[in-house]
Amino acid sequence: MARIIVVTSGKGGVGKTTTSAAIAMGLAKKGHKTAVIDFDVGLRNLDLIMGCERRVVYDFVNVINGEATLNQALIRDKNCNLLYILPASQTRDKEALSQEGVGRVLDELKKDFKYIVCDSPAGIEKGAHLAMYFADDAFVVTNPEVSSVRDSDRMLGILASKSYRAEQNLEPIKEYLLLTRYSPERVKLGEMLSVEDVQDILSLHLLGVIPESKSVLNASNSGTPVILDEKSDAGQAYGDIVARYLGENRPHRFIDDQKGFFRKFFGSK
Amino acid sequence: MSLLDYFKSSKVSSASLAKERLQILVAHERSSLNQPSYLPQLQKELLEVIQKYVNVGQDAISVSFEQDENQETLELNITLPDLITKKS
Repeated sequence: MARIIVVTSGKGGVGKTTTSAAIAMGLAKKGHKTAVIDFDVGLRNLDLIMGCERRVVYDFVNVINGEATLNQALIRDKNCNLLYILPASQTRDKEALSQEGVGRVLDELKKDFKYIVCDSPAGIEKGAHLAMYFADDAFVVTNPEVSSVRDSDRMLGILASKSYRAEQNLEPIKEYLLLTRYSPERVKLGEMLSVEDVQDILSLHLLGVIPESKSVLNASNSGTPVILDEKSDAGQAYGDIVARYLGENRPHRFIDDQKGFFRKFFGSK
Repeated sequence: MSLLDYFKSSKVSSASLAKERLQILVAHERSSLNQPSYLPQLQKELLEVIQKYVNVGQDAISVSFEQDENQETLELNITLPDLITKKS
């Protein structure tokens, strides 16, 4: 049975596309036929992060409109033959997506793929809504920073009330927290929300923590998902996340959570 | 007191400040998400009516909305000032 994963956050710039590319590659590398779809119509970037920007001929909107078949639009990844990319249209806007059309394309993909990763655009408008609407699982990408946490909470409310599963009274979407751009040093100094802080606020199952890492920019510069950089901390963190999602039990790394570090609120009475 | 506050705030880390602000905000936004959009206006107007007759403050009224599978409950709670002092 195919599963649809939405990578969402509400806020922009927290690492949705980086995460979509990494986990889609990770799932495919584990032997599961995976498709990753860019829902950011008008501002596509998944193609660039996956390094297939020069091979885009047809896109998601073409398929919805019947101007191309799914097979014509899907781009096979150059690093892994079980991974396919469905790029967004660059010349249209989000209104080109329809619930019926998106549902139809996902149904067709479900016949052939084990995992379908939906890379959501930022915001809570049509593109973001349709990216999450048919999801079975949601990866909520959050930075340890106030505006990102607030937007993630807003997104959780939307996942719980405006998805297909919610509307049909089915089992709710499974929600997972991915904390990205985490800096244990700054957490230790009391300058950044800790994993526990974010979990206290969002009450979400933690799938993994991605440390702030130079390797993420290096990976996007070269158009290779960071998970393929197995020497890097971020690459390993994404590897752990995929393994945990698939049911492996892996201890959390890159948190460097030093217990017994208490700040004094009163120096003296 | 203000000196102590100053002393306190200089010791509180920015992360714990962030957490505290977020907890309050998120709790507030979650509770307001499921309630009808007319609720704040209703609360404001009710308070105005009550204040015509009784001397109550802004916090004297609380309106809560609950929803389960087959019914919606609007609960209105008004705290009147102490009657004994009022009589005299």
